[in-house]
Amino acid sequence: MLDQKNPSHNGLNISGLNEGIVLDHIEAGKSLDIYYHLGLDKLECQVAIIKNARSSKMGRKDIIKIEGGLDKIDLKVLGYIDHNITVNIIRDSKIVEKKSLKLPKKITNVIHCKNPRCITSIEQELPDVFYLADEKTETYRCMYCEEKYSGKM
Amino acid sequence: MRHLLNPLDFTVEEIDELLAVADDIEKDPSRYAHVCDGKKLATCFYEPSTRTRLSFESAMLNLGGSVLGFSSADSSSAAKGESIADTIRVISCYADICAMRHPKEGSALVASLHSGIPVINAGDGGHQHPTQTLTDLLTIHSLKGRLDHLTVGLCGDLKFGRTVHSLINALVRYPDVKFVLISPPELRVPEYIREDVLRANHIEFKELGNLDEALPELDILYMTRVQRERFFNEEDYIRLKDCYILTPKKMKLAREDMFVLHPLPRVNEISVEVDKDPRAAYFKQAQYGVYVRMALIMKLLEVKQPC
Repeated sequence: MLDQKNPSHNGLNISGLNEGIVLDHIEAGKSLDIYYHLGLDKLECQVAIIKNARSSKMGRKDIIKIEGGLDKIDLKVLGYIDHNITVNIIRDSKIVEKKSLKLPKKITNVIHCKNPRCITSIEQELPDVFYLADEKTETYRCMYCEEKYSGKM
Repeated sequence: MRHLLNPLDFTVEEIDELLAVADDIEKDPSRYAHVCDGKKLATCFYEPSTRTRLSFESAMLNLGGSVLGFSSADSSSAAKGESIADTIRVISCYADICAMRHPKEGSALVASLHSGIPVINAGDGGHQHPTQTLTDLLTIHSLKGRLDHLTVGLCGDLKFGRTVHSLINALVRYPDVKFVLISPPELRVPEYIREDVLRANHIEFKELGNLDEALPELDILYMTRVQRERFFNEEDYIRLKDCYILTPKKMKLAREDMFVLHPLPRVNEISVEVDKDPRAAYFKQAQYGVYVRMALIMKLLEVKQPC
């Protein structure tokens, strides 16, 4: 949990966020992948990435702070990447809402089918669409060839 | 507008209706000779197939319609790099219904997403082949009088054999159908069929390496060919192609009321001597294929049965 009142408790002093989003409980080492998958590299706003922050729950974790509104990020993609991430909405330097993530039923243009026999391997401008085939095992299958996607991003 | 991409696109009731129409066609095909007058079927075949394409064309001609199309990717605009999406948009201007075969999995789904006319998946790589499944269902139903309470043996290439995957998907919807899956370890059914279709629906099945062991308990034996074109490696093909050969000697192990089906073409997996056995149903199956495609074309074009 990010200590908003005493930022120094987090081990590294990053200036507070007045309005924006804090992605907390990111698996240590995954923050840069998430940074690119959410397209944060293309945004003009300030983004802080904290790697290997100490966490009582996880040992080590990554945190991303994004200045600005929630409309800037795709929670569906985030749900697919890691639904254990906590999304904190910050207004007036306070956490006003915590959003929990769910595994999305469908994801588009996030992962690419690895089956060499799939039509996505040759057809031009075809969106990569995967659907959630089994929630328990977090299995996604390609909408076209039904091949299971093996391995997280 | 409906398409047929997967055997599961139709409910069990819809399949029953379709088989009833096919059954009626078989009794008197001449009654159906003009129900599709003026309609056109496009057969878009991006990979070679003689019997499926001719079966579709025969079906449409029997209904009074006409046919147009191409029979290999080389003779289509695909050779110029045209996408399936663009091709089907254009074909939609020329024909009333389209049957498509393509080597890539999911190709018929892509076509259906951009089509103005019903699309029938006539085989998309190793994925699905629903009209073969309808043919198989009609054949089993006609010969055994039922689609439930059956023990069905599937033998040969169960990994790449799309007819096998489609048939399993369709038969699990009927009560008390058991499967005996006979294949070498390298050609076992894909994991998604085993887990998501068989285990998820609590279907009784076993996997065997030996055909002799399976034969005595079967109501239906569905033989398949090990297909050269599904292998990246020629050595693997040569090693596995002669795994199971059905002979008159093996047929002695089977019940008197068991029937042998095969999607055809066969290479050598059923000895020609077995053709004389009254239980050999694979040539009748080809005839049923025409009847069921006639019924399917009528359904998708929303053509009424003749009075």
